[in-house]
This record gives sequence, structure tokens and C-alpha cells, in this order.
Amino acid sequence: MSYSAPVKDIAFVLNNVIGLANLAKLDGYEDATPDLVEAILDESARFTEDVLAPLNWSGDQQGSKWQDGEVSTPDGWKAAYSQFVESGWGSLSFPTDFGGQGLPLTVAAAVQEMWHSANMAFGLCPLLTQGAVDAIEHHASEEQKQFFLPKMVEGSWTGTMNLTEPQAGSDLAAVRTKAEPSGDHYLIKGQKIYITYGEHDLTENIIHMVLARLPDAPEGVKGISLFIVPKFLINDDGSLGQRNDLTCVSIEHKLGIHASPTCVMSYGDNAGAVGYLLGEANHGLAYMFTMMNQARHAVGVEGYGIAERAYQKAVAYARDRKQGKTLLGKSPDDQGIINHPDVRRILMTMRSTIEAMRGLGLECAAAFDQAKRHQDEQVREKMRRRGELLTPLVKGWSTEMGVELCSLGVQVHGGMGFIEETGAAQFLRDARITPIYEGTTAIQANDLIGRKTARDGGKGMGELLDDMRSVLDELKQSDHLDFKAISKRLEPAIASAENATQWLLGQNDATLPSATSVEFLMMQGRLAGGWMMARSALAALKLKQEDGSDDAYLDAKIMLARYYSERMLPLVESAEVIITEGAESTIALDAAQL
Amino acid sequence: MKILVGVKRVLDYNVKARVKADKSGIELANVKMSMNPFDEIAVEEALRLVEAGHAEEVIAVSIGSSQSQETIRTALAMGADRGILIETDEQLQPLAIAKLFKHLVEKEQPGLVVLGKQAIDDDSNQTGQMLSALTGMAQATFASKVEFEGDSLKVTREVDTGLESIKVQMPAIVTTDLRLNEPRYAKLPNIMKAKKKPLEIIPVADTGVDVSSKLSVVEVNEPPNREAGIIVSSVAELVEKLRNDAKVI
Repeated sequence: MSYSAPVKDIAFVLNNVIGLANLAKLDGYEDATPDLVEAILDESARFTEDVLAPLNWSGDQQGSKWQDGEVSTPDGWKAAYSQFVESGWGSLSFPTDFGGQGLPLTVAAAVQEMWHSANMAFGLCPLLTQGAVDAIEHHASEEQKQFFLPKMVEGSWTGTMNLTEPQAGSDLAAVRTKAEPSGDHYLIKGQKIYITYGEHDLTENIIHMVLARLPDAPEGVKGISLFIVPKFLINDDGSLGQRNDLTCVSIEHKLGIHASPTCVMSYGDNAGAVGYLLGEANHGLAYMFTMMNQARHAVGVEGYGIAERAYQKAVAYARDRKQGKTLLGKSPDDQGIINHPDVRRILMTMRSTIEAMRGLGLECAAAFDQAKRHQDEQVREKMRRRGELLTPLVKGWSTEMGVELCSLGVQVHGGMGFIEETGAAQFLRDARITPIYEGTTAIQANDLIGRKTARDGGKGMGELLDDMRSVLDELKQSDHLDFKAISKRLEPAIASAENATQWLLGQNDATLPSATSVEFLMMQGRLAGGWMMARSALAALKLKQEDGSDDAYLDAKIMLARYYSERMLPLVESAEVIITEGAESTIALDAAQL
Repeated sequence: MKILVGVKRVLDYNVKARVKADKSGIELANVKMSMNPFDEIAVEEALRLVEAGHAEEVIAVSIGSSQSQETIRTALAMGADRGILIETDEQLQPLAIAKLFKHLVEKEQPGLVVLGKQAIDDDSNQTGQMLSALTGMAQATFASKVEFEGDSLKVTREVDTGLESIKVQMPAIVTTDLRLNEPRYAKLPNIMKAKKKPLEIIPVADTGVDVSSKLSVVEVNEPPNREAGIIVSSVAELVEKLRNDAKVI
């Protein structure tokens, strides 16, 4: 089997670390009981292992193809997508009013990890649809919702996000696409690039969410509006009408995700593409952030999803491949390279970091679920702050680490890893986009130091560090050697994060913090991962006291947490030095001297 | 017409079975369990018969511990209408299982009972045949194709010599072979609905069926490791080795 969904590990985090049972107590989430969620995870595992995973390599090799404005996806994709829709996987966390299942985002995130491990290029299509659904659900008129949501929730229409233009990448103030009022709609004209699944043959219609400017709009980001622009116009009875004035001009040739068509879209080459204004004019950027926040979290999930796949391949190869006499092999038959200590280092780094990232990804989703449904307004408010604070960590840190771990996955394979047929290289190529799209790592770092830390005077960050200290106190109550080792490293790491945060808050201008902001992001991500691993170890210790406990499994959880603490958390301490002392030299040279 | 389908909770087919240290059986603590693959095929076939208009109701039956409810829920998520668990913590043998099924056949009066031809844990391949003998219902085992012909069934069976087609009168028992169909994936909305479908739990004692065993397990052992092969230099040497070393000719 090329992919085996880690259902046991995911369920362990959901049930014992995040506390799924507590989420299921919230109004509207009563269905999300542990037994139902395990049934969902099991079936999702079957679907992703049997249907999506086998198309990953062939999809990469064949790629999507463009001809005369039409895009054909690789062999087998259309059938897999139909099956995906028929099974209802796309509708998991969507509102029940429009045909969704209304399950918590936490459960959706657990299932989505499997899509991306199995086949990230495929998983992107529903990921984008989810972003578009979120934007419409939150900001569209009731009529627009009734018009678009049922089909999109079902998955029989997909959604896209059209932000980028050649001159407007990370800086959306430069968006030039125009929207002219025309009766009850607008006519859109302009070019958009990097539009994921902007055109494809999987569904009968595609709903584009397009950023554009009205004629009288103010300059900059305050003059951007968001429009719903369907590929085929929709008649009043819901049937598909005439083709809208938009075309896919070409698709990009990319380093990875070959099967996912990345489109150049041209709107309004003739009369203008018919678009419907979403919400109010000139509020497009704020609406877009509704799409983006969800999508950023989802891309973070891609980061560890793809790393999990790379890990599974690496560990299987390391068991099988024999090179030299190993130091850890117990017999002549037990000489796979997995028994070389340095290969252990790689596999432990991959495994423990993936578990840390998964923990954080699910913790962040759970915070959003609490923010949405908790009875107590103060808790809702705190959890919203928490979710927003963790989002750039999940996005930035998990994708940077995803690339690093996929690269380690190649390393385990030695020369074979560099050969495409082996398959390890595809994960690295595919992973490489994740720290770029939906806001580069630098954008996440700016979001973290600005909007998420400085803006509230460090309140949200302070709450997070306090929660980490409570876990530290719990760790210290155990005389277990592994727990002593974990708290020995967690304590100074929290102190370093506190110092770096204080340094950041004490700066009068953004120049120096910006020079080390990515370090700050990675530091906070690593530390938050360590916090999740410590909680995982505590949960394992508790479970070990039950009758018939699976001790080998639980002991491994504790050792993974200790490894992570001893080998990853010291990097948090060194990051403090980099952040507080390394900023000046970073920007000291004139640009001409570089 | 009702269809009764047997679903057994077994060691997942991807898990490598390990013998317990005391050789009393296979290690089942903390390992993944799932529905016997032959039973998934049985559920699928029953659902297809309902979809084709040949039957109205599919009842998924399991006999085992309380955890077997999960297996029944899997069948309900695939589309079965209701479930029955005969609850027991004993490892029952095929004869006891067949007697319990007979009890349910009398109670539910199904037109068809569909069972896996065997379970992948003990590979007994006996329950369907025994149930047929106990109830007097016709049996069509190892089915690879099931077709309705009026009141009877035409069943294609996979036998050692090839395919055999037989016609059986209803009510009948069909046991499924691997090539009968490819089981569907459960749809997410159906997984959620499955939780609300009726699942009746009957303690084994309430059935009044004698489930005592006439057999006991003496010891369970791993199959011996296969030894490395050798290349022989001539036919004469091969024959010599077959005769003297392997002692098979």
C-alpha cells in the first residue's frame, strides 16, 4: 500500500490531546462523538488509500493539459472526483442549511490531512472550494447563498480564489482588474494569474471569487471589492445558462503539483464577464481574509499531510534497504539502514515533528470551533484570539517544516531519492509550493508580529505562554525521567519565547522586527509544537494507567515527545539570540553591496 | 423480502497476525479490527438486491462482544436498514453461530441469508453450510454471481474445477466469494445516519440456544518460517532431493 492513513495517531490526538468529547458537547456539534468520528476517519482512510493515493504519481507524471482554453485533468481524476462528491467528503464541515454535514472544523482538518497525504494536487481542488464557500456563507446575500451554495457544498461546482495579478502578488493594493456596474450585476475585465483549478473538466461549473475595483474606488486595499463570477451563468431555475466572458489563457509549468492546473485567467475579453458583488463595495479585502484564514490553516495541514506521506515512504525504505553493518541491528537479518543511528535521527525528526504539527493544526481548528460554538462569550473571544494567533504558525511553520521533512525523506533514500521513479522527490517538489501560496512565510511572519502580537499588546501571546506554563507544571509533577527531560527543555524555551516577545513589543518601528520575523514565527511554531508534544506525552501517561493499555504505543508517544523536546526545543532558545541580536546585521548592507 | 446478512468483527486484513505468548490464540488486544472482507461483499450484494427491487430490508447481524456494534454500524453506514447484535464475550464456534442464526431466521423469516464464505480469522468455512442443514434452507456457497429467476436464484459458484451454476429455491443461504462484487465506500451522510438506525442487542442467554462448545483449542502456533531455496544442477538431483529430503515422492 502506498499510503496508510494514520487513523490511530489522528484519533489519539483528537480524543486524548484536543478533547473531542468536549467539542461534541457544544451546541450544533452533538454528532461529533468519538465513535462517529472514528467511523468517519476509518472510511476516509479507505477512500484516500484506495482512490486518491494511487493517482498521485500518475497525476504528477501526466499533469493537467491545456488546449484551446480547455483543461483536462490526468486519467482517472474525473472518476475519483465524482466518487469524492458522491461520498460527500467535500461537505463535511459545511452548514447543514445548504446540504453540509455541519461537523466541527477539527474533524474536517483530520480528514483533510488524509486527502493531502494521499494526493495533494487533488486535495487542492476541494480546499479552494472550501475557501469560496466560506466567503459566500459569511458575506453573500441570502439570495446569492441559495443560488450558489447548495451545488458548491455538494462539490458539483468547484470554487476558486482570484487574487493575484502579474503586478499584484503579496501586495494586493496593486490590483487593477475592473468592475463596471451594469444593471443588477457588474462587468469584470482584467487578468488573473496563479488561479488554482481556474479551469478543469471535473465539474459542470466553476465559481470564481474575483478581486476587482469599481470605477470610483479609492486607491490601495481600501478600494478592492470581491465578486462572484461563474464560468457558466445560472438561469433563474438553477439550470446552467450561457458561457460567461472568461477564459483560461494558459496553465503554468511548475516544480510540483503538476496535476493541479494553475491557470492564467482572462476576464472580459469581449463585453465583460458577468460578476455579482459580494457584500458591500470596497470591503473585498476583509472578505478575502475569510477565505484566506481558512485556506491558510488548510495549507498548513497540507504541510504535515505531505510530510506524513514522505515519512511513510522513508521508514518503509529504511527497513528494507541494507547497507553496511548497523550499530543497532540485533541480528544478521536485522540490518536495514533503519538500524543506523543517523537514520533513526532522520526518522525521529520526521515522525516527532509531524506529530507536533498535527497536534497544533488540530488545536488551532478546535480553537475556531470553540470560538464559533462555545456558550460563554469570553471563552469564544479568547478562542478566536487563539485560533487567529495559531493560524500563521500552522501555515508558516508547518509548511516550512513540511519542505524540510520531505527533503529528509529524500535523504533517507540516498541516491535513489534523487531519482524520480522512486517517488520520494515528488513529495519534496509538491511540498515546495506550500510555504509560498496563501501568503508566503514572510507574510505569515508579518501577520504574527503585527496583527497577532503587537496589535493586542501581546495579550493573545501571553495567554498562550500561560497555557504552556500550566502544562509545564503538570510535567513537573511526574518523577518519570522522560518527563523531567521534557520539562528541562520546555521551561527555558517558554522563557526565550517570552523574552523575544517582549523585545518585539519594545521596538518602536517595524524594521528590526521584520528582519527576524521569520525566526520569530519558526520559534513560536516550534515551541507550540513542543507544547502539543508535552500534552501528548501527558495523555499517554494517563492512558498507561488504564487496564489493557497499549503500552508499546503509549511509550513511543512519550519518547517522541522527549526526542522533540531535546532536539527541537533548544532551537527555540537559540532563536531568541537570533531575534534579539541578529536583526541589525541582516539589514546593515546597502542593497548595492549585495 | 428481508435479507439477513452476517457481519463478523475480525483482525483487520492489513494487520499481521501474532500468536499470543501462551499460544492460546491470536493477539487481539490493541490491534485494528474491522469487518470480515467476505462479509463486506455479503452486505454489498444484499444492498444491490434491494436496489434492484428484489428485496426491501437488509438486516446486519453480528455475534460477539459489545464492540461488534462498530462492525454493524459499518454495515448500516453502507446502507443496511437495521442491526442485531447477539452479545457474548465467548469465542463461539461455527455450530453455535449457525444455531444462533437459525434462531434469528425463525424470528425474522428472511427470504435470503447472505454470509461470507468464511471469516479471515479462523477460515472455518462452515457456518453457511451448517445453517442450511439446521434450517433446511437451500444453500449456494462460494457465489461469484447471483441472479433472480422467478422464485428461485441462479447462483454461479467458484469451485475447484471452474464455475458451476446452480438453481436454488428460496428461502436460501448464499455464501459469498471474493469476485461476487466490489463493496462500495460508505458515504459521509450515511455514516452519520447509521448512528440513528436501530440496533437491537440480544444477550446470548436470552436466545435459549445451547452455544456450548464441543471443541477446545489445544494450541495455536505460527506457521514455520520458510527456509531459503537452493538451485539444483540436474533433474536427477531434483528427483533425489524430492525423494530423500522432502520425502514427497
